[in-house]
Amino acid sequence: MKTEKDKNNSRREFLIASTAITGGIVLSTFLNPFKSIAEAKSADSTKDTIKLNDKNVSLAKDAEKWWGFGFDIEKCIGCGTCAKACKEENNVPKEPFFFRTWIEQYTEKNDGTLKVQSPNGGIDGQTQAVPSEDIFKSYFVPKTCNHCSKSPCVQVCPVGATFVSPDGVVLVDEKYCIGCGYCVQACPYGCRYIHPEKEIADKCTLCYHRINKGLQPTCVEVCPTGARTHGNLRDKKSDLVKFLKEHNCHVLKPHLNTGSKLFYNGLSEEVR
Amino acid sequence: MPKQLTRLIIVFLIFISLFLVVRHFLVPESFYKFGHYRADALKDNEDHQVKYIDAAMCSACHTDIDSLKVSGPHKNINCQTCHGPGYLHVEDPSKNVLIKPTERAFCGKCHSLNAARACNIIKQQDIAQHNIDNKCVECHNPHQPQP
Amino acid sequence: MGNFDQLYQALTKVDGFIYPNELELRWSVLITLYPYITGLVAGAFILASLNRVFNVKALKPTYEISLLAAFAFLCVATMPLISHLGQPQRFYEIMMTPHLTSAMAIFGFVYLWYLMAVLLLEIWFDYRVDFVIWSREKKGLLKLVYKILTLGVMDTSPKSVRTDNKLGYIITVIGIPSAFLLHGYVGFIFGSVKANPWWSSVLMPIIFLFSAMVSGIALVLFLYMIITYIRKQKLDMLCLDTIGKLLFYILILDFTLESLDQIHRIYEAGESFDIISLLMSKLFFSLTIMQVLMGTFIPLAILGFFQFHKPKEKIRKAAYFIISILVLVGIFFMRWNVVIGGQLFSKSFLGFTTYKIGLIGREGLIMSIVWIIVPFIILTFLLWFLPPWKKAHIEDK
Repeated sequence: MKTEKDKNNSRREFLIASTAITGGIVLSTFLNPFKSIAEAKSADSTKDTIKLNDKNVSLAKDAEKWWGFGFDIEKCIGCGTCAKACKEENNVPKEPFFFRTWIEQYTEKNDGTLKVQSPNGGIDGQTQAVPSEDIFKSYFVPKTCNHCSKSPCVQVCPVGATFVSPDGVVLVDEKYCIGCGYCVQACPYGCRYIHPEKEIADKCTLCYHRINKGLQPTCVEVCPTGARTHGNLRDKKSDLVKFLKEHNCHVLKPHLNTGSKLFYNGLSEEVR
Repeated sequence: MPKQLTRLIIVFLIFISLFLVVRHFLVPESFYKFGHYRADALKDNEDHQVKYIDAAMCSACHTDIDSLKVSGPHKNINCQTCHGPGYLHVEDPSKNVLIKPTERAFCGKCHSLNAARACNIIKQQDIAQHNIDNKCVECHNPHQPQP
Repeated sequence: MGNFDQLYQALTKVDGFIYPNELELRWSVLITLYPYITGLVAGAFILASLNRVFNVKALKPTYEISLLAAFAFLCVATMPLISHLGQPQRFYEIMMTPHLTSAMAIFGFVYLWYLMAVLLLEIWFDYRVDFVIWSREKKGLLKLVYKILTLGVMDTSPKSVRTDNKLGYIITVIGIPSAFLLHGYVGFIFGSVKANPWWSSVLMPIIFLFSAMVSGIALVLFLYMIITYIRKQKLDMLCLDTIGKLLFYILILDFTLESLDQIHRIYEAGESFDIISLLMSKLFFSLTIMQVLMGTFIPLAILGFFQFHKPKEKIRKAAYFIISILVLVGIFFMRWNVVIGGQLFSKSFLGFTTYKIGLIGREGLIMSIVWIIVPFIILTFLLWFLPPWKKAHIEDK
């Protein structure tokens, strides 16, 4: 049996120990912001390169990448293979209101009105509802995440569950997303949705699991006409840089200054 | 200093310390490494299953079709564009047979008449009129279609 | 999950073209409640502060009611937000790793600041002496609870009361900008979304702030009348008239700001104008009827009339009661029009989706009614636990 004194002693020890632990943590929290200053000196020599040397992440080896998309509206035939394959590759729910990529068909009529349609995101193919004598102009517009470098969805995420990766891909952290839907509201392009089973935000990852294994994103891979290009914007020889050099390209909603990295050739003014 | 104030300051200090302690344990380890996110999430995103395999893997076995395809207008089209993802098929070809779509509507997804399709990009046919009793593939071999 | 009947039904009702992902309206009635309840808090607190800082004596009978109502609603304010999350169990991440560029993340701290540093402190300074007295009078558990709440400051001398008052005054002075911040911030959550032209407006925080004050004043008016009725006491007519006058002025300001926002939009007629003018006609019931006519015009007309001519007390009492309810409902629809209205149209500006509130489920009607009722239950408890009418009056003459 413990004496009264022992009891007091053990309580005191406990108090001292817990205060010390608490104090340590609190102190380290306050010192944490200064850590980078202390480390900055050693990193100074590699100032102009991004320092990424973590073996956990394979992209550390090739941080010179800055991924982007190039879509050629003149080549798109609206078959919807990209949207269908994307759903299979990335386990996107099959319902016609969840898409990582989809095809819109724009039809400008002779009377000046505009008809836009995207039944089931274009997966089942598109039919022209407007009789040909009324058509002034018609074209397909493939859509997906713009992988903005000044991404409004990343800006509003309250917890840091969505982010621009060091190689320029806007990704979602499935294990950290709280599913508030703020990013869905903030995306001007309607590219995000809340996954009905996972209850988290879901979007195009530019097939991050493929491009880091040297493969093309699924939609680029299966496109029968080569309307989709993907590549490294920092590599002068990449397909995407070539595409940008050969065509006059535009991005969607440039006035919103999102830093979109999805470039369209042949983008008509009406497209939103 | 009034007693009220000292007591409140103590309560607040305890609260803030508690908050910081809790925070210390709840912030994921790789957070803040590259930015305001979990660096491990990059790895999570990388780890997904690749379902649409490299087209070179198709040609490795199906050399006959590959040599047929290479001279036709479909030469640049990935096999999986029509046949679907091949990741299970390459693991066990006998068990996992890929789809062979032969319906007219399937060909129509690309080739049906639509003002939005550029004529110089793709051959189009009014599938509601053209030879409606037969399947497209009966006359046109999809691996080497002739006009 | 896995039941998409409602969405398939919505698919048939799409008007024009929307991006496919926009069919499901992500922020539903619960997110409407969130700014609504937060607004009630800020408004009620500002009314309480007026009494204290600007020494509006006529408002004295409502002082504690406003404070306790603000506290009761603040306890619930984040609940609709949290229960709406896809992963509610992860909500703590907002406090652990707040993303500083996100309006929603900073809201967590603004909220905590307001709760801990303003409202709780103000109530504590206001009730500290009573805690001491009650801890002596009561027995058992209640005695212990009151005793803990004194934080060991057992002094009841006039000097200590004077200190309480002085510190409480400082807190109130800090509290007014904090209340402005709290609700201005909620407006910023919407006003900063550049993708949505219905939300994106610099006036949004200010509009939210003034509508918050309107709804908070109406709430206190409503509660004061109800509580006095239940306690079978006599209503202080001077107090009612003063609140009515205040409501009138702030309602005018609120209406002016909201009109300015709309007139600016209409006159500027930017690229989103066509879709927004269509939206306004789609919101005919909730905007024109409920928000503008019922929630603004009728109360303004009656209150304005009272400024020139005061009818009999009985009529005024009835009118104030009806006005308080009209305004409360009107402001709810104002939030509705912002939150739901802002998601009805496509960001392609080419069409509309639909929204139909469900009865059950996480985002249903029953859930939202629960979050409306809970603050009243908390308030009832607070009025029992901290009865303003049993407060000791140790005045320092």
